[in-house]
Amino acid sequence: MAEFKDFITWFKPKFWHTDIITSSDSKVLFNYKRFWLLSTFLRVSISVVPLIIFLIINLGFSRTALRNENYLRTVRLTSNARRTIAYFFEERLDALKFIIRENEFQRLNEPDKLSSILQHLKMGFGGFVDVGIIDNSGMQVNYAGPFDLAGRNYRDQDWFRKCFETGVYISDVFLGYRKLPHLIAAVKGPTRDGSDYILRATLDISRITQIVSSMDLSEKSEAFLCNQKGLLQTPSRYYGDVFKKISLPIPKYSPHSEVIETTDRENNSVFIGYAYIEKSPFILMLVKRNQELMKGWYSLRKEMIWLFVGCTMVALIAALSMSTFMVNKIYLADQNRLRAMDRLESTSRLASIGRLAAGIAHEINNPLAVINENAGLIKDLFALKKEYSDDPQLMELIDAVLESVERAGDITKELLGFARTFEPKIQPLQLNKVINEVVSFYRKEALYRNININIDIPEDIPVIHSDLGNLQQIFLNLINNAFQALDSGGRLDISVTRQGERYVVTSISDNGCGIPEAEQKKIFEPFYSTKGPTGGTGLGLYISFGLVQKLKGDISVKSKTGEGTTFTVRLPVTLEGVAPK
Amino acid sequence: MNILLVDDEEKFVSRLAERLIIRGFEADWATTCDEAIVKAEKKKFDIAVLDVKMPRMSGIDLKKKLEKISPEMKFIFVTGHGSEEDYNVGSKEASFYIIKPFRIEMLVEKVKQTLNV
Repeated sequence: MAEFKDFITWFKPKFWHTDIITSSDSKVLFNYKRFWLLSTFLRVSISVVPLIIFLIINLGFSRTALRNENYLRTVRLTSNARRTIAYFFEERLDALKFIIRENEFQRLNEPDKLSSILQHLKMGFGGFVDVGIIDNSGMQVNYAGPFDLAGRNYRDQDWFRKCFETGVYISDVFLGYRKLPHLIAAVKGPTRDGSDYILRATLDISRITQIVSSMDLSEKSEAFLCNQKGLLQTPSRYYGDVFKKISLPIPKYSPHSEVIETTDRENNSVFIGYAYIEKSPFILMLVKRNQELMKGWYSLRKEMIWLFVGCTMVALIAALSMSTFMVNKIYLADQNRLRAMDRLESTSRLASIGRLAAGIAHEINNPLAVINENAGLIKDLFALKKEYSDDPQLMELIDAVLESVERAGDITKELLGFARTFEPKIQPLQLNKVINEVVSFYRKEALYRNININIDIPEDIPVIHSDLGNLQQIFLNLINNAFQALDSGGRLDISVTRQGERYVVTSISDNGCGIPEAEQKKIFEPFYSTKGPTGGTGLGLYISFGLVQKLKGDISVKSKTGEGTTFTVRLPVTLEGVAPK
Repeated sequence: MNILLVDDEEKFVSRLAERLIIRGFEADWATTCDEAIVKAEKKKFDIAVLDVKMPRMSGIDLKKKLEKISPEMKFIFVTGHGSEEDYNVGSKEASFYIIKPFRIEMLVEKVKQTLNV
């Protein structure tokens, strides 16, 4: 599960959730999510669309090719079977015709002769069950065969009439007197006195069934004969026994073998090869289930679809990773640029605030000096006269004025301190020493308030070239702030790490009250203070910011309300362009 | 010890002079450079406390003129401005550079230090 999450995270771009935070910011240049989606969509389309086209065309072609092949094969097979069956009937009819030509009616009327003929037919051709001679009144005058059919009258039977009309006749399969499915082949012949008679033979349909079933067909395909009314003449595996009506449409007459495509009663798509058997009422039907025929194609289609799915997955993964990679790069570059712009903006904002503050400060300093000297003179004069110097209220009043002037002066001086760019006095410094010195001012308070101070400065931190006074001021301000944020029993961590060859980073973390996110942007501005009216001037961080800038470093803050604050001061190991003194 | 105070703000410079006098110094004051030069020509001052920014002539220029009149004279600059330029020039040109407002005790101390008293 965790692996899957990692896998998803790998694809999920970094900006996926951040845009919710930054979307209200006018500085967001792109809708990265849309950009990413568009890029992914285009990449997937480029790779998948040709694949789909290829798949459709390929499957279409292969399907058509297979259908054509099946069509031809079915026509061929039907045609061959038709020839065989037609030949079967032709051969038997020819045999009967031969008997009529060779034997006169009188001779055929002899019982022994007919039995001998039946014997010859059975041996020579097979499929003959019995033979009979029927005169023009429909009476069977002679019969040879296993049944007792001599003397039967066939006058009312359909086949009898038709045979007299056409001379040659093959009947539908029917249940005769014997209740067995059989068919009759009959040939008309002349008697000596000019009237006609019929030589009738009963043919075993099992021979025809055998021919039909011996066709080389697959499992779900079958062949059968039906008559033109759609009644089965040979048994069928799927459409029922003999005499049942098939659920397929009767194909229209054609002198050749044909193929039609249709559906059967069970809604199976079927491929029917058919042929009308000449001189007979039979239609040979060869029914193949389409599903069976197209089996090869279906398995090809399955393989192709799997291949397509595989290729699509690969394309999708490639598109996702490429889009994610690309948009992430752009996003990160934009973020860096925005951060740089932010820094620049806040630096320049602070610089203008600095200039403004300095301007105000020295406009105020002159009137303050006037107040200071005038009040000072009053105090001096009071001190000279006993009646005034003994009045504590007067002295208190004048001291209050002087103190207020001094306080105001301190503020303006602090403001000016930031505005002025003192040339830093660069000297090699050990951060370890500088920090420990500053911390030593707070040891007593830490002990008193039970605050745990941890200093972690590895030995390999290089000596840096910087200004001692400025550094002390910076660390003093930051540690002072931390102490004010901490409750009793809190913890202050100070650590120094190297960042590449050129920088050292000092982190000052407390687990105090923290700074709300909205306030974090303002903390480096002058007069920003959370300490209330009794607290500081709100200039500590403002001055620290200016000093860090002066030392060519930067300062940043990370804070969470209720969890604590970390100030990070990054300083260069050497000040470029400022030679150590 | 003779102190010459020069500042364009009369209410400041006159009161300061008076307070120094109370503290036992000899002090005189001027609100313009011309007045200061006239006073310096008439009388010898040990030390001059000059405002850096004054109309018409800066404290730096005035210092150069006063040095010509009295080469022995020492200087302390005071200013309400804290610009970088002021600071850099002021701290090079004078013994001390004091930002207004200040306690008189501090000025007295700097004067004494400058004159090695």
